Amino acid sequence: MDWTRGSASLKAARAMHAYANPTRFLAIAKPLTPWLLGVGLLLVLGGAFAGLTLVPGDYKQGETARILYVHVPSAWLGMGGWTSLAVAGLVQLVWRHPLSGIAARAIAVPGMLFTALCLATGSIWGKPTWGTWWEWDGRMTSMLVLLFLYAGFIALTTGDAGGGGGQRQGGSLSRGAAIYALVGAINIPIINRSVVWWNSLHQGPSITLRGSSIDNALLWPLGLTLLGFSLLFGAIVLMRMRRIIADTRVAARLRRLADDEDG
Amino acid sequence: MKAKHQRLILAAVALVGVAGAGVLGASALRDEAAYFRTPQEIKAGKATVGEAMRLGGMVAKGSIERQSDGVTIRFVATDGKASVPVQFTGIVPDLFGEESGMVADGRMRADGTFVADRILAKHDERYMPPQMGEMPKNMKAAPKL
Repeated sequence: MDWTRGSASLKAARAMHAYANPTRFLAIAKPLTPWLLGVGLLLVLGGAFAGLTLVPGDYKQGETARILYVHVPSAWLGMGGWTSLAVAGLVQLVWRHPLSGIAARAIAVPGMLFTALCLATGSIWGKPTWGTWWEWDGRMTSMLVLLFLYAGFIALTTGDAGGGGGQRQGGSLSRGAAIYALVGAINIPIINRSVVWWNSLHQGPSITLRGSSIDNALLWPLGLTLLGFSLLFGAIVLMRMRRIIADTRVAARLRRLADDEDG
Repeated sequence: MKAKHQRLILAAVALVGVAGAGVLGASALRDEAAYFRTPQEIKAGKATVGEAMRLGGMVAKGSIERQSDGVTIRFVATDGKASVPVQFTGIVPDLFGEESGMVADGRMRADGTFVADRILAKHDERYMPPQMGEMPKNMKAAPKL
């Protein structure tokens, strides 16, 4: 077959499957990881330093509002994590791309971590401003549901990444886990819209397509921590993917050894 | 049709179905999932006397009165369309103040006063440095509630 004259969709498929081979993926992931980690750490530290010392406190909340430089990136990454988990689930279901299941497994843990960080910082922020650690309003409840969704996904996929013993091979997701990732994505727009659809204790969105209601004097460190935490998230995902690939290779090798001895 | 395309169509149909179910569920929850009721909803008769509920609104300018016992306050909660007088005995959060949002747990009394057991402060989505003379250019207009 003449691949050079393939249709557009064929070309797209080739581009996607160019990284199906873990060796090719590893050749990029390996050198990229320390860069993401290093630059991410620098940005987070710089943003946190600026947010804590260089910018003024909020006109109403004073020093308390500085927690937003951690709270907001955590919320975005918790939600962004599930969005990419759902995309990975879709790619697994439809195209059976070998890296999709590995990526979904790798994303779940940092996604859950940032969701928990968002809930914890929100609670710490809520006490001095609203006067309560926790309320069952739409935003908080839907974010807690996201935490439980992550826990469910991790429970569904733990221990079946390797080989042998009826487990899934090569880190792919079971059909149930992939569907679960897709169905859980319905919670993401609900979290996003919760403060618009329903009366809530949590304030409305500060940053929308129409602009920001955070003044520029207070906004810029958020850009640093947001990018920094995202790069750290990427580094963690790449590290976890490499680890899962290594695990599946070890499992496959052990299986081959066992087969040889039997034969 | 290739199996891959069948799976793609199946996944798309299932996604649309799930999203539709989610939107239907969310809109059905519209009233139930509301964290508080507004003064307008209360005036429209959505509150029974003595029923435990939450009331949310802005504290009207110049309405906070401290009673002679020193720990009870009275103020007017408004959403711009209707207002409800509120009475509360206890300590309010630091951010509680006039022309600022609040949410009160309590119940309506027969005389139309909302008696609160607990008050939470609700702040808006604007963050800016203190003593800022006017609204900076990059900021949206102040929200209604």
